[in-house]
Amino acid sequence: MTFAKTTAFFAPVLVALTLTTAPAVAQDAFAGPVKARQGQFQIMAINLGLLGNMAKGEAPYDAEIAQNAADSLVGLSMIYPGHLFVEGSDMDALEGNRAKPTIWTDNADFLAKWEAFGEGALVMQAAAGNGVEALGPALGAIGGTCGDCHKAHRGPES
Amino acid sequence: MRRFIRFCLFLAVLVAAGAWLLSRPAGLAEGRFDNLTGDAVAGEQVFIASGCASCHMSPGADEAEADGKLVLAGGMRFPSPYGTFLAPNISMSSAGIGDWTVQDLGNALLRGVSPEGQHYYPAFPYTSYARMTDRQVADLWAYMTTLPVDDTASLPHDIGFPFNIRRSLGLWKPLYLRPQWVLANAPDAQVDRGRMLVEALGHCAECHTPRDQLGGLQRDAWMTGAPNPAGRGRIPGIDPATLGWSVAEIAYYLETGFTPEFDTAGGHMVSVIENTAQLPESDRQAIAAYLVALR
Repeated sequence: MTFAKTTAFFAPVLVALTLTTAPAVAQDAFAGPVKARQGQFQIMAINLGLLGNMAKGEAPYDAEIAQNAADSLVGLSMIYPGHLFVEGSDMDALEGNRAKPTIWTDNADFLAKWEAFGEGALVMQAAAGNGVEALGPALGAIGGTCGDCHKAHRGPES
Repeated sequence: MRRFIRFCLFLAVLVAAGAWLLSRPAGLAEGRFDNLTGDAVAGEQVFIASGCASCHMSPGADEAEADGKLVLAGGMRFPSPYGTFLAPNISMSSAGIGDWTVQDLGNALLRGVSPEGQHYYPAFPYTSYARMTDRQVADLWAYMTTLPVDDTASLPHDIGFPFNIRRSLGLWKPLYLRPQWVLANAPDAQVDRGRMLVEALGHCAECHTPRDQLGGLQRDAWMTGAPNPAGRGRIPGIDPATLGWSVAEIAYYLETGFTPEFDTAGGHMVSVIENTAQLPESDRQAIAAYLVALR
């Protein structure tokens, strides 16, 4: 077999191999940033949960815990999302991922919605230490910013 | 042989004539709402609970503006296995429903029939709205007449053959337009209210219940979750066995969008939460009580 013939013979095999391994390769290349941002949202859920359970009356109000949770939310909001939401690490490329490509095609909107979360977190930071009454409304405002962003930029569960 | 062919032709004509008659759009009796005076304040609650704006607002509407969601210009797209449906204008313009009467709204909501006497596609969830009371229809109409006018023309659906034959829905409706409650017996007033909010106004089953081959809801798999009609993923089940949330957890989710794990709603459910957040707490509790009562 000549080189050209060999190539022609194996080309379909190579194409098939590339197609089947491409997602796995993408999975590896983005593993770090994806893990980091998913962790970021888990930290968010833990701190929202501490505040939420006090607001719901399922846990006693504790000013110090509430303040620490609110401060954590503000801290999370200050992490620049561009370094974790790396272009291409979306639900079309990665198995089990829910990041819509709109995060990058409409990046300004995504960043604006992330910033809105930050503003909500600041309101919570100012309120959290001043009694349980303020937690509910501040949480409601933050929840609204979560929803706004998820409606536009988060895909369905698979 | 010739006689047999003639007989077959005769039979075919008979079946076609029968199908034509059976598929005739049938509206409500005239004057059904004559003795009802709608209350716009109560109608606003029906409007919110029914999620009208979530589908009929313009997709480009600025939700941040106070009335952004109340300009019901239509145009939102709803992909499905049958093609893409486009929400029509239902504002108080002649391009919308500005020339309608309460009778027309009743025919649309309770029978799925347009003022022109055509069947609506059940993408407009009249299979759920058919469980509304006449009082709710009249109140809703009173409220909708107060909403802004927008002259944007409704766009045609993008539906392929044979689903573009609206008349065929006349044969679909006897199978699936069944206004009887799915939870036949509501044990108390709260579950009864929840049933009205979930099965009728909120039309939750339209997404959360799987559909059969003909696109009808599978009542024996009520609220157990379904494939996402718009593409990838699933709409989660919200029956007690699948969901496993308490009444308090469901009510809090409907108020804030936070799950018990403090994840939050996504996709179209965000629009639903925007509506349920506006309902009184007693209604959110009622929805939760209904869902937990499903066994």
